[in-house]
Amino acid sequence: MSLSPAEWEVIRLSLLIGLAAIAWILPPGIAVAWWLARFEFRGKAVVDGLIHLPLVLPPVVVGYLLLVTLGRQGVIGQWLYSTLGVSLPFTWQGAAVASGVMAFPLLVRALRLSLEAVDPKLEAAASTLGASRWRVFTTITLPLAVPGLLTGTVLAFARALSEFGATITFASNIPGETRTLPLALYTLIQSPGQESAAARLCLIAIAIALVSLIASEWLARRTRQRLQERDG
Amino acid sequence: MANVTTTPQASDPRLKLQVEQQLGAFHLSVALNLPATGVSGFFGPSGSGKTSLLRLIAGLERPKQGVITLGEQTLLDTRQGIFVPPHRRRIGVVFQEARLFPHYRVRGNLTYGMRKPAAQRFAEIVELLGIEALLERMPGTLSGGEARRVAIGRALLSEPQLLLMDEPLTGLDGARKEELLRYITRLTQQVDIPVIYVSHDAEEITAIADHLVVMKAGQVRASDKLGALLQRFDLTHELGGFDAASLLQGEVVAHETAYGLTHLALDDNYQLVLPGTSAPIGSHLRVRILARDIALALTPPANTSYRNQLSATITDFITLPEAPYTVELRLSIGRFFLRARLTRKSWDEMGLAKGMQVTALIRSVSFTAC
Repeated sequence: MSLSPAEWEVIRLSLLIGLAAIAWILPPGIAVAWWLARFEFRGKAVVDGLIHLPLVLPPVVVGYLLLVTLGRQGVIGQWLYSTLGVSLPFTWQGAAVASGVMAFPLLVRALRLSLEAVDPKLEAAASTLGASRWRVFTTITLPLAVPGLLTGTVLAFARALSEFGATITFASNIPGETRTLPLALYTLIQSPGQESAAARLCLIAIAIALVSLIASEWLARRTRQRLQERDG
Repeated sequence: MANVTTTPQASDPRLKLQVEQQLGAFHLSVALNLPATGVSGFFGPSGSGKTSLLRLIAGLERPKQGVITLGEQTLLDTRQGIFVPPHRRRIGVVFQEARLFPHYRVRGNLTYGMRKPAAQRFAEIVELLGIEALLERMPGTLSGGEARRVAIGRALLSEPQLLLMDEPLTGLDGARKEELLRYITRLTQQVDIPVIYVSHDAEEITAIADHLVVMKAGQVRASDKLGALLQRFDLTHELGGFDAASLLQGEVVAHETAYGLTHLALDDNYQLVLPGTSAPIGSHLRVRILARDIALALTPPANTSYRNQLSATITDFITLPEAPYTVELRLSIGRFFLRARLTRKSWDEMGLAKGMQVTALIRSVSFTAC
């Protein structure tokens, strides 16, 4: 089956928003996961709870909260608009922010487990060999947590692709700008006589999911091999 | 007697520490001056605080209160708020478990701590430890002894100013243990880095240490030259009890290949005959003699199988409360001291006393060359 230009547009936009979401949540995700894995502090349970909130809240609530804070009248949104001229609602960047927030806990969860499994004794050994904290993290801790990093990234990417509620609330359903695959599918279902078009989008969604799963598996294997071949 | 009892060390005390640390119910309270060269052994039963002390020196633990200086450098001073983090201390550590990085090859592990490329030094240390063949292997495929050797090489290649070794022979079987101990001894002689070696094994520590720190319940029981501590009656229990021993050092002067014997000159007047070793003539050897392997005679006996007959003077004796039917004695042989142990009955029947001239008899086969 050949895809129509409209379908290509939906796929392009979905992937763009999904990748952008991953790109922005990776650095803070790694930092937070490391923080939670390696340090004990007062209020850790509260921080942990806050991070996991998007998993348990209705996505519409998250979208609404984003609107309140990042909307043009919001606390942060106002500042963003007046100083940087950036407005997030109703843009694809806004959709990336919304799906990123929803995917964040999944990334942190998987990565944190993996980081906790890295033996701190190896990190201590590295530090006695003259490695700074940063070098220990980049050469010992993170490489040994790569399986968790990959799992977390794939889960987060899948979550970002399938994100619906927060996106439609915060970024709306604008064709060519924020209408990702789930939103396009929803639109089709809403209009009568579009059953076959909806079915086609369903198949596309399944195909994308399968391809990304296979790709991540391949990537995981390749990384493991690469790590083992590294000579430092 | 001067070199038998504890005397303040004249040698440069390069590592000075004075620390207090509370770890749960365990209290570590230590003040030490260690020499700048050779091997210092930290010896004591498990739980005596040896490893905790090592972690404090490496900077892996921060004590509640204390000062640690290495040469001119202050590594820790809690009063002034100085704490040099481990990666800036240049103190190499060989841990009990080798702690090799599983995602690097042996080569990558070895070069991890190198400050600058140094092919020459790399080749030397790899050869010294006999790990050339392992360079491209992953740590997971190494045997216990191989992994330890790589860990030692890795620590040495980071050019430490002090090397700490925490029971590096733990978990190895007899033959592997001996092999690795040989590597370590060779290395401490050839690489000019002061070493602190932690162990709870009396035989192991007497084989390697020059200076010894005896730890007990978080405190330093004694700290002195190994040879001097071994002569102390009050440390008999700590330093091996039944296996109490003395240490003699000498120069290899001859090999009797037909009989498989080696002649060791302690000085111009005294020689020992021991089981043949491969040590070249002119090299220095350390031998350990168990107190219970020494017999005494009032006159030099004729027609005996004892190959070593040394005229000695009884300088001191004691009966320890834990062994009321034996007598521990100290003999001087020229400028050397030897410990011996007799039954009370022999002591009484021979009419031995302090200051008497006797002949010390040692069977050649009883030596352990270290």
